[in-house]
Amino acid sequence: MNPHRRHPFILSSAMLVYVFLYAPILVLILFSFNASRANITFEGFVPKFTDRVVMDGSLVKSSPCGPFHWFCELSKNQDVLEAAGNTLTIAFTSTIISTIIGTMAALALQRYTFRLKPFSQLSLYIPIVIPEIVMGIGILTLFSQLFGVLNGALGLTGDSRLSLGLGTVIVSHIAFSVPFVTLVVQARLQGFDKSFEEAAMDLGANEWTTFRRVTFPMIVPGILSGGLLAFTLSLDDFVITFFTNGPGSTTLPIYVYGLLRRIITPQVNALSTVWILTVFAAVLLLQLLQNREQKQN
Amino acid sequence: MADFAVELRDVVKQFLTPEGNLLNAVDHVTMQIKNGEFFSMLGSSGCGKTTSLRMIAGFEWPTEGEVYIEGKAMGHTPPFQRKVNTVFQSYALFQHLTVFQNVAFGLEMEGAPKDEIEKRVKHALEMVQLTGMERRKPKQLSGGQQQRVAVARALVKVPDVLLLDEPLGALDLKLRKEMQLELKELQQQLGITFVYVTHDQEEAMTMSDRIAVMSKGKVQQMGTPVEIYERPANRFVADFIGESNFLDGKIKSLSKDEAVVIVPELNAELTGLPVSAGLVSGQDVTVSIRPEKIRIADKRLDQNSFTGEVKNTVYIGTDTHVFVDVGTKRIKVFEQNRISRLDPGSYYTIGQQVMLVMLPENVLILKKE
Amino acid sequence: MLQRLRENKPAQGTLLAAPTLLWMIGLLIIPLLLTSVISFGRRSPDGDVIFTFTLDNYTRLLGYSTDCDTGQASCFNPLYMQILWRSLTLAFNTTVLVIALAYPLAYFIARAHPKRRNTFLFLVLIPLWTNFVIRVYAWMMLLRTQGVINLVLGWLAGLINVPFAPLEMLYTPGAVLVGMVYEFLPFMILPIYTSLEKIDNSLYEAAADLGASAIKTFWRVTLPLSMPGVVAGTILVFIPVMGTFIVSDILGGRQVILVGNLIQRQFLDARDPTFGSAASLILMIMTLIVTYFYTRKFGFGEEIVAA
Repeated sequence: MNPHRRHPFILSSAMLVYVFLYAPILVLILFSFNASRANITFEGFVPKFTDRVVMDGSLVKSSPCGPFHWFCELSKNQDVLEAAGNTLTIAFTSTIISTIIGTMAALALQRYTFRLKPFSQLSLYIPIVIPEIVMGIGILTLFSQLFGVLNGALGLTGDSRLSLGLGTVIVSHIAFSVPFVTLVVQARLQGFDKSFEEAAMDLGANEWTTFRRVTFPMIVPGILSGGLLAFTLSLDDFVITFFTNGPGSTTLPIYVYGLLRRIITPQVNALSTVWILTVFAAVLLLQLLQNREQKQN
Repeated sequence: MADFAVELRDVVKQFLTPEGNLLNAVDHVTMQIKNGEFFSMLGSSGCGKTTSLRMIAGFEWPTEGEVYIEGKAMGHTPPFQRKVNTVFQSYALFQHLTVFQNVAFGLEMEGAPKDEIEKRVKHALEMVQLTGMERRKPKQLSGGQQQRVAVARALVKVPDVLLLDEPLGALDLKLRKEMQLELKELQQQLGITFVYVTHDQEEAMTMSDRIAVMSKGKVQQMGTPVEIYERPANRFVADFIGESNFLDGKIKSLSKDEAVVIVPELNAELTGLPVSAGLVSGQDVTVSIRPEKIRIADKRLDQNSFTGEVKNTVYIGTDTHVFVDVGTKRIKVFEQNRISRLDPGSYYTIGQQVMLVMLPENVLILKKE
Repeated sequence: MLQRLRENKPAQGTLLAAPTLLWMIGLLIIPLLLTSVISFGRRSPDGDVIFTFTLDNYTRLLGYSTDCDTGQASCFNPLYMQILWRSLTLAFNTTVLVIALAYPLAYFIARAHPKRRNTFLFLVLIPLWTNFVIRVYAWMMLLRTQGVINLVLGWLAGLINVPFAPLEMLYTPGAVLVGMVYEFLPFMILPIYTSLEKIDNSLYEAAADLGASAIKTFWRVTLPLSMPGVVAGTILVFIPVMGTFIVSDILGGRQVILVGNLIQRQFLDARDPTFGSAASLILMIMTLIVTYFYTRKFGFGEEIVAA
C-alpha cells in the first residue's frame, strides 16, 4: 500500500493550509460583531439591547440590534441597497442573455462546420486566458471613443449624453460570461448522441419541435450549469465592472472597494459576512439539489 | 399502391474523409424492395448498408441518384415528412420521457387526439409484450425491453416501411434469437415492409425474404437466402456467406451446358461443371465448392474424385471438419456426424488417405478477381 | 426559404453562432484592436487620444523617455522596466509559494478516501466563492499594526517575556505577496489535484514492488506525473498576478506598483490612455506567448475544473 498516504507531514501541512485559507474569513466574520466602531481591535460584542444606539467614544455601548448592530446599520444603508440591487440586476440580465447566446454558440461549435468556426473558437478562448484588466481597459477605450463620436455627431449634451452606466456594465458582463457558458454547454453536448434527435425527426418532429421536446430537456442541466457560472462570474466581478461603470451603476464589489479606501467600520465586515453566508447557503442548496437529482436517477 | 415499397436508383453517397479524400460510402446502388417483404442489407462495417438505410430514412441525402418511397421521389425531403420509421441501433429512447410518452411521441407529432393515442399506444405495447410498463423510464428497463419499446414506438405510427439498423446487436445470444423470431412473426402479422440492416449473416438468412449482400458501397448480390447461398454471384459473396473452398483454374473447354476446368493446385481437372453466362474458353477463373458439399467416399467415382491426406480434424458435435491436403491445396470438408459413435478409430485420423468427391452440380465457376 | 436553410448546414451553424460572434467582435476584438491602435498614439492635453503613429509609448516603457528632468533630449528612465521587473518577481515568488502550499494539500486530497474527497474540495472552493475584494480586505485586517496577527504575536511575546514591537506589515511588498498567495492558492490546488488524482494506485504499488522508497516514489513517479497540473496552475496564477491591481492597491498602498496598477493609473489618474494601452498590450502579448507554448505542449483540459 502507499507508504506516504497518512504521512504526518502531509496531513499537518494540509491542515495548516486549510487554516491559512479560513483564518482570514473567520476573523472577518468575527469583527462584524465588533463593538468598536474604529474596527482596529476587537472590543467585544455589543452587550445590550436597548431602543437607541448609545455610543461611548468609538464604542457602541448598546443598540436596538445588540450584537447585530452593524447588520442593522447595513440594512439602513441606502448606498449598499442600491449597489446590491444593481449587482443583482446586472447579474440576472447578463446571465439570461449570455446563457441564451452562449448555448446557441455551443450548439453551433459542437455540431456544425462553418467558415467562421476557427475564428469563433479563438475569440471565445481569448477572454478566458488574458488578464481581465486588458479586456477592461479595451472596453473602456471602446466606449469612450464610441460615445465621444456619437455624442458629437448626434449633438447630445447633458443628461442625454451617452455615458458609462448600467447598460455598459451589463454589455461587458455578457462579453466575459459567454465564453464560459459556451465552454460548459459544449462539454455537456460532447456526450450527446445525435440519434435522439434523429429518432424525434423520424417520428415526425421538425427541427424546432425536436429541439424543444428532445434536445433541450436533455441538455438543460448543462445550460443551467453554464447559467449559474455566468451568474457567479457577474456577481463577483470587479475588474471589468471597475472600468465600465458609471454613476448609478455601482455594484457591491465596487462599493466595498470604495469603502476600503475611505472609512472602514464593522459595517464593511457585516456586509462581507452577509455575502459570504449567502454564497455558502446558495452553494449548499445547489449541492443538496444535485444530490437529490442524482439519487432519483 | 406503387410497384415497390422502396427503390434506390443508381444512388451514390460521397463523404469527405478526415484525411481530405472523397469516399463513396454508397457507390451506384440500385435496389427495389417489394411491398410486404422482409428485406435485409448484409455486410461488414463500412460496406454502405447503414448509409443506404439512412438515405431511405432521410437522415442523409444522396449525392447522386434518387430514393423512391412508394413510387415518390424523396429528393431532399426531411425525415419527418417521410412515411417511414426507424428502429435505431442504440434504441434512442427519450430518457426524460416514460415508456408511454416515448411510444406516444410519434402520434403526438401527427396531432392525434388523446384517447386515440392512448388506445394505439396500449395496442402497440401489447404487440411487443410490454403491457404494464407504461410508466417506467427507459433507464429502468432491460436491454431487451428497451429494444421492444423502440420497435413499438416506430410501429405505432403504421409506417409504409419500417427500417431497422442492427437492432439486436446489443443483446445476448439467446435473447437475440428470441427477438429474431418475434420480429419475423411481427412482420408477417402486420404485413409491413421491413428493411433490416445487419452484419450477422445467420440473422439475415433466417429472417429475410431477400438479402442484398454489400461490400465497399456496392451491392454484390441481391436474392433470396437460397439463391445467395447456393448460387453466389462472385467470390466475395461465396466467401462472406458460409464457407467455401476456392481454387484457381483455367477453362480448358466449354460447351453449351458443360465446362472443363484445369485446376493446377489439385493437379487435375474438374469436368462436367455447370456453365454460367459470360465464360470463354481459356479464361482464368476461380472455382468454388462449399465444404459440406464435398463427399468423402470409399471408392472412386467417374468424375472429380481426388485422393488426399488428412491433415487436421475438428469435432464440432453436429459435424466433423476435416482438412485434407490434395495436391498443394488444403481442402476444407464438413461431414455431418450422422451416426453416433464413440470409438476414436472410427473418426478420421491425421495422415489418413481419403478420397474426396466433388459432384459437378456442387462446383461453381466464378470470375477471377 | 426554410428548405434552403435546411439544406445549408454551414449556414445554420453560422446563424446560431452569430449573436455570440457579434458580441465577441464588438466587445473583445474591436477593443483589443483599438487598444493596439491607440498604443501608437499620443496623449492630447485634455487626456484624450491623438491618433497618430509613434513608438514613443513603447520606448518610454523600455526606459527611453523624452520627458526628462535634466533638460536632455532623451534620458534613461528605468521606472517602467522596474515595474515590469517587480511584477515578474512578484509573480514568480507568488507562484513558488503557491505551489509550495498547494501541493501538500492537493496531494492530501488526492490520496484521501474517495467519498471524502468532494468534501475536501468543497472546503477549498468556498473561499474562492467569497468575493475577491472581501478576501483582500480580510488580510488588511490581519496585517494592520494593531491587527490580529500583531495582537497574537504580541500576546505570544508577552508569554515568553520578550519585548515586542508591532510589525509594520501592511503597505509593504510582503503584504502584497501574502495577499496574492492567498487569492490564487485555490487556483493551483485544483489543477494539481486533478493530475494527481489521475495517477492510478497501481503505479504506487508497482514502484514499491520494484523497491522504491517513499521519497524515491514521489520524486520519480508522482512528481513527474503531476507536472501538467503544476504547469496548468502556474498559468492560472502567474499571468493574473501580473495583471491584478487590487491587491497591490489595498495591501501595498501607494508604495507598491505593479503592471496592473500602472495600467489602471494611466486610465484613471494620469489620464494617458495611449501609454496605458501600450502597457496593456505588452501584458497581453506576454500572456498569449505563455499560453501558446503551454497549449502546444499540453493541450487544453484541466482549466475547466473552474466550474
